[in-house]
Amino acid sequence: MTSEAFVTIVGMAIVTYSTRAGGMWLMRFASPSARTERWLQHIPGSVLAAIIAPAVIAHGIPGAVAVLVTGAVSLRTRNLLLAMASGVITVYLVGLLVK
Amino acid sequence: MSTIERADAPPQPPRFTRSGAIAGARQGLPLAASIFLVGMVFGVLARHAGLTLAETLLMSGIVFAGASQFVALGLWALPIPIAAIVFTTLIVNLRHVLLSAALRPWFRDLPLLRTYGSLFFMVDESWALTMGQVRAGAQDRAFLLGAGSLMYLAWVSSAGTGYLAGSAMGDLSRWGLDFAITAIFTALLIGMWRGRADLWPWLVSATVAVITWRLLPGTWYIVCGAVSGTVTGALIDDE
Repeated sequence: MTSEAFVTIVGMAIVTYSTRAGGMWLMRFASPSARTERWLQHIPGSVLAAIIAPAVIAHGIPGAVAVLVTGAVSLRTRNLLLAMASGVITVYLVGLLVK
Repeated sequence: MSTIERADAPPQPPRFTRSGAIAGARQGLPLAASIFLVGMVFGVLARHAGLTLAETLLMSGIVFAGASQFVALGLWALPIPIAAIVFTTLIVNLRHVLLSAALRPWFRDLPLLRTYGSLFFMVDESWALTMGQVRAGAQDRAFLLGAGSLMYLAWVSSAGTGYLAGSAMGDLSRWGLDFAITAIFTALLIGMWRGRADLWPWLVSATVAVITWRLLPGTWYIVCGAVSGTVTGALIDDE
């Protein structure tokens, strides 16, 4: 391993851990009010929606169909693995049809 | 939360037990399996980008953040553009600040070592599972550590596996496997639905994310979408 590669990877690790610890640390000074806590409750769904939407668009029609199937299976079964499998299989099968 | 409310309830140390960690690992298993697949792809690509096996394992082992590691491979060249890679890593992982802040109310009063140790294992997947637990009223704070450390093992071991397997694997996207994580996020999102109050924040977040994804490089779209979604939620709450 060259020292440049080592420095790069350690640098990546330091900034990445800083982002992980940073949110927790910053909230020490904010001392969250009831309003802040309600606001924080909106973060998880919003982050997931922001990650999902472009990924679905990137997969085109198969992605759009698959996300609907995944949502429906998840709603009915509440089973993570089953929902994941249905999404992957749908992307694959619809992908065969569309191509 | 006001101090008066806290005074009413006798102060109890937050629970942080082995069984909580095991529950996290158990629930994290399907996600760890899909992380393993992505990690193998990372290993394959790292070899292709010219990293040694040791560099690949070190990166997965101490950075442990998929998207930024893939971006780093894209920038990897000789001589290594150290500043560019480190800065891009920071940008790609900025979203962690939001995720970590959201955990603050739940981790309050936990000893610092446990809090900041657990946070090393906070990735999108372990965080999403943990937030699901928080919403369901779970009490054991070791959940994140359990779920995250299993994912960590999957991520590091798969990088080595992928590196050694080399190019024999072919293209995982041909089999739809690159959709696995999106499908899991979708299922987690469905599980977070509490009612109509969630509709607008999620729609705004998704729309803004798609627009910024088209316009801006890297993973800015996650920060932009999430911020606009949470602001929307806060504005609706205030009405």
